[in-house]
Amino acid sequence: MSLHWSQHLILAPVLLPLLCGTLLILLNESRHQLKFAINFASVLGLLTAAILLMAMTDSGYWQDGIGVYLAANWAAPFGIALVADRLAALMLLLTAVLAGCALLYSMLRWSRIGVHFHSLFQFLLMGINGTFLTHDLFNLFVFFEVMLAASYGLVLHGYNLNRIRAGMQFIAVNLVASLMFLIGIALIYATTGTLNMSDLAQRLADVGEADMVLLKVGAAVLGIAFLIKSAMWPLGFWLPTTYAAASPPVAAMFVLMTKVGTYVILRLWLLLFSGDDGAAAGFGANVLLWGGMATIAFGAVGMLASDKQGKLTGYAAIISSGTLLAVIGLGQQALVTAGLFYLLSSTLAMAAFMLLIELIERSRNPVEAMLALTMEAFEFEETPEQPVGVGMPAALAFLGLSFACCALVITGLPPLSGFIAKFSLFHSLLNGDGGNVAPSSLTLMVLMLLSGLAAIIALMRFGVRTFWASGAVNARLQITEVVPVGLLLLLSVVLTVQAEPIFAYLERISADLQRPELYPGRVLAEPVVPGVVDGGK
Amino acid sequence: MELTIAIAIGVLFGSGVWLILRPRSFQVLTGLLLMSYAVNLFIFIMGQLWVDMPPLTLDDGVPNPRDFADPLPQALVLTAIVIGFATTALYLVLMIGSRGVTGTDHVDGKETGQ
Repeated sequence: MSLHWSQHLILAPVLLPLLCGTLLILLNESRHQLKFAINFASVLGLLTAAILLMAMTDSGYWQDGIGVYLAANWAAPFGIALVADRLAALMLLLTAVLAGCALLYSMLRWSRIGVHFHSLFQFLLMGINGTFLTHDLFNLFVFFEVMLAASYGLVLHGYNLNRIRAGMQFIAVNLVASLMFLIGIALIYATTGTLNMSDLAQRLADVGEADMVLLKVGAAVLGIAFLIKSAMWPLGFWLPTTYAAASPPVAAMFVLMTKVGTYVILRLWLLLFSGDDGAAAGFGANVLLWGGMATIAFGAVGMLASDKQGKLTGYAAIISSGTLLAVIGLGQQALVTAGLFYLLSSTLAMAAFMLLIELIERSRNPVEAMLALTMEAFEFEETPEQPVGVGMPAALAFLGLSFACCALVITGLPPLSGFIAKFSLFHSLLNGDGGNVAPSSLTLMVLMLLSGLAAIIALMRFGVRTFWASGAVNARLQITEVVPVGLLLLLSVVLTVQAEPIFAYLERISADLQRPELYPGRVLAEPVVPGVVDGGK
Repeated sequence: MELTIAIAIGVLFGSGVWLILRPRSFQVLTGLLLMSYAVNLFIFIMGQLWVDMPPLTLDDGVPNPRDFADPLPQALVLTAIVIGFATTALYLVLMIGSRGVTGTDHVDGKETGQ
């Protein structure tokens, strides 16, 4: 007897990149096109798998929309269980889309500035996908390390001084975070005797008084590891430098990696600590809420202060991370729905911005750009060199338009998806708790508005200096670089136009997350395949 | 026994924390190593210490768990050692690269005051 193919599909997002990444190591570096083709085929495969999983989790194919894969046919909680639910499927889809765009962008130039870009890219995808699917804490650690090891390589891809400096800090910080992760896991296992997330959620009720203290310490240490990844203040100082130093396609993937930390917190926190009763209920909610708000403030100030474009996006990513953390800290269902929409919209826009910034940089004449800056600083009157009425080159028009779209989404101005995300966040903040607006919700709203304002000022300044300065020269853009940016922005438009069905889907996700009792029921009851274990005898 | 191990872990971890706050990259690396030793020991004894007990049995029949050590922490620590070793080795390579490119072993890639 064997499993139906659909059951094995849960493992595909992990296995496919592993196999392709290994295959790519064996191929000679000079065969760029073949390597790119394999890599891209794998990403398309991941996209297909993600769409299939999305359809299967949402169509009632699996009971409660949760598909369980028991690795090596060991029943949970003894073996490692992989779980595909609506949230995991959504994140897999987002990963595949971003990966496809980043890869296409890197085809002509960025994948060739160093060795083993394609293998590392595939291993990064394997780690990220595994993180979304696994239902076991230690397995989560392993996938995190796969993701991080690949990301260390990718930060250093195209070895130069900036990347080495950023890489030293990035790697040291993350190694310490991994140690924290292990301490947290050890403490949780010591107090509950399990690493399976569902089993853990069930056993929380039986943990004694003395052990509960240890468990909370463990959960807090574990939380620090994830909060370092999602760059909560004061744990996120590594982020802007790293993002600014990494090559653009890598930086676009890193935007997603910040969201991985947030995803794990969303999943674990809602599963373990969101209940209304029990000794552990609501543990750490205030830390997430106020920490998230501090992160928003830090990101907003950073955006205003940053002079380099790479850092600008880094701080924008910090703002978006902070918003999500604060939303998780409040934890109401409608708010989580809006937060997920915000996650989608901000990740897409930020990734597009990462790619776009490099194109903009390239289109500027470096000497003239420097002059424009100096003139601004010393308040020289600038005489226009070109007569009025010269048409704008198409490439520059594309860059300007894309920049405007990114800025609209990041700042949350109408008419694009950023506005819908912020509007729905405000709507649920105002309507939560039966019409009484808590002071913390009010503070969050004020902070979000102020951070939006800071983002507008910072992005406007950047846009004016870039597109209205005389430094802009006619850029030569490659089609493989235009398409990914266009596609990401188009998705942002789709999010806007199709907001209603997408919101309906996200509501089902957050409804699942608000019923933590759902997962133990499905995961622990999953039967093993009979007749396999004794088959050899 | 518990006290000895606890003190050992504490000393290792404390030294590690002090070292990773130092400005030289080799000190940082040594600090990371010491911290990972401490964490590995910590995983190994998680829950409790078992003295003179095997983690596995080859006997048929249902064994009494009281006579055996918990095998899971031992499996976990093995994984943690391998992963920690690999990532630290990677950091070492980067450190050598940084020394070659920048000409200094300061973690910022330049001496203070320059």
